[in-house]
Amino acid sequence: MEKDIMKSEEKVTTPRPTGRGKGEGPQALLVAAIENGTVIDHIPTNKVFTIASLLELDKCSDQVTIGNNFESGKMGKKGIIKIANRFFSDSEISRIAVVCPNIRFCLIKDYDVVEKKIASLPDMLTNVVHCANPVCITNNEPMKTVFYVTDKEKGIVKCRYCGKEQQIEHIKLV
Amino acid sequence: MYLIISRRSILRKANYFVPLQEIWKITDRMENRSIVSIADYGKEKIQYLLDMAAEFERQPNRTILQGKVVATLFFEPSTRTRLSFETAANRLGARVIGFTDPKVTSSSKGETLKDTIKMVSNYADVIVMRHRLEGAALYASEVTHVPIINAGDGSNLHPSQTMLDLYSIYKTQGTLENLNIYMVGDLKYGRTVHSLLMSMRPYNPTFHFIAPKELEMPEEYKMYCKKEGIKYVEQTDFTEDTIADADILYMTRVQRERFTDLMEYERVKDAYILRADMLGKCRENMKILHPLPRVNEIEQDVDDSPHAYYFQQAQNGLYAREALICSVLGIEP
Ligand SMILES: [Zn+2]
Repeated sequence: MEKDIMKSEEKVTTPRPTGRGKGEGPQALLVAAIENGTVIDHIPTNKVFTIASLLELDKCSDQVTIGNNFESGKMGKKGIIKIANRFFSDSEISRIAVVCPNIRFCLIKDYDVVEKKIASLPDMLTNVVHCANPVCITNNEPMKTVFYVTDKEKGIVKCRYCGKEQQIEHIKLV
Repeated sequence: MYLIISRRSILRKANYFVPLQEIWKITDRMENRSIVSIADYGKEKIQYLLDMAAEFERQPNRTILQGKVVATLFFEPSTRTRLSFETAANRLGARVIGFTDPKVTSSSKGETLKDTIKMVSNYADVIVMRHRLEGAALYASEVTHVPIINAGDGSNLHPSQTMLDLYSIYKTQGTLENLNIYMVGDLKYGRTVHSLLMSMRPYNPTFHFIAPKELEMPEEYKMYCKKEGIKYVEQTDFTEDTIADADILYMTRVQRERFTDLMEYERVKDAYILRADMLGKCRENMKILHPLPRVNEIEQDVDDSPHAYYFQQAQNGLYAREALICSVLGIEP
């Protein structure tokens, strides 16, 4: 199940052109390279701070760089977050997929991207979101929620317990 | 001691000469046999329960549950359903424990559902429960090894009502296949019609949904019909002519409190009342069902018609519930 969360990309590009290289524009200087850690790229500009708080980066004692409104060929503008010495588990990434599918997690080791993961909705979400139905048992009992993702494209999930289908954007994270 | 084997692996090993019913019986003994919903049951499982209900109708009083304890936990009061389950248990020789009002139990002191179920699991062989919250029965079945029978959870599911509806249809029509089922009244909030609709899926039914605009069949059930290839017709007229082709006329209550627009209620409240003079053109085999209690949606003069079946339907509830209790315990009639 968890394996579905990410699709590793075959083609890996290196984000080496940062700070210390020659002939770089001023924008590159804004984002420091990290030796080891995670670069989260292609974040929609309005989601950057939501993701920072979901990952509890305010409590992180390692170097964190948060950048926003960078030019991006594909998206127009994008946000980027770099966290030194942090690697995220599959379940952390699936939580992020709930608020913001399709962003990229690049694992950096020794300044190289060693793996890229794209956050996508898994088939099932265990204890990630709350059910929007107030008379659902999950909202009245100390228990884990379980949702089946019925439509990944549209982001529609179905509560295992009350059976109500709901739009994932409208429901709250646990 | 423990035999871990999945139903699928049994099906794989079963070859072709083991009847499916036998496989159900074998696997039922090994898994948690809770009945939370019967909406996704296939024909074999439904037929198994129908045959068992018929057997209990032939002889409702037996001693096959002697020594067993049936708990009826009514976190939400429902006298009718509780009496039916308790009668079923008593007629089969079981003893009954439980509560009828959550105020007298520790759940009113803040005990979780899980803890109550765990506690009762120490005493009972089967738990019949009704709860106001949706999904309560499924959750209960996940926290105990004792089989749970869902006697209604919120507006969600009520499989014992559906089972008695299926049995009533089967008994009066001789089959569940290819029937014209007309559902009348409140199709928006009536969970019995929703459960029945889904349970009829394997039998190629044709549904007619007769309801005022404000109480029409919800979109999700129409989508369900489309996805499953179930034929349906929607109409607002309820007349002698529009019900002439029905095999089953399933009446429900149109309640005032369901309307946001009371003018609309006043306009339609009398439009979905069945009177004896509307039965002139109906099929000979047509039977009128109603989950009861009725208020005024079926006139008293219909009661004497040979088409009226709602009182026998309620009686069938006893046989259906005897079958459900035995089924979850893996006991044959
Ligand atoms: Zn729910």
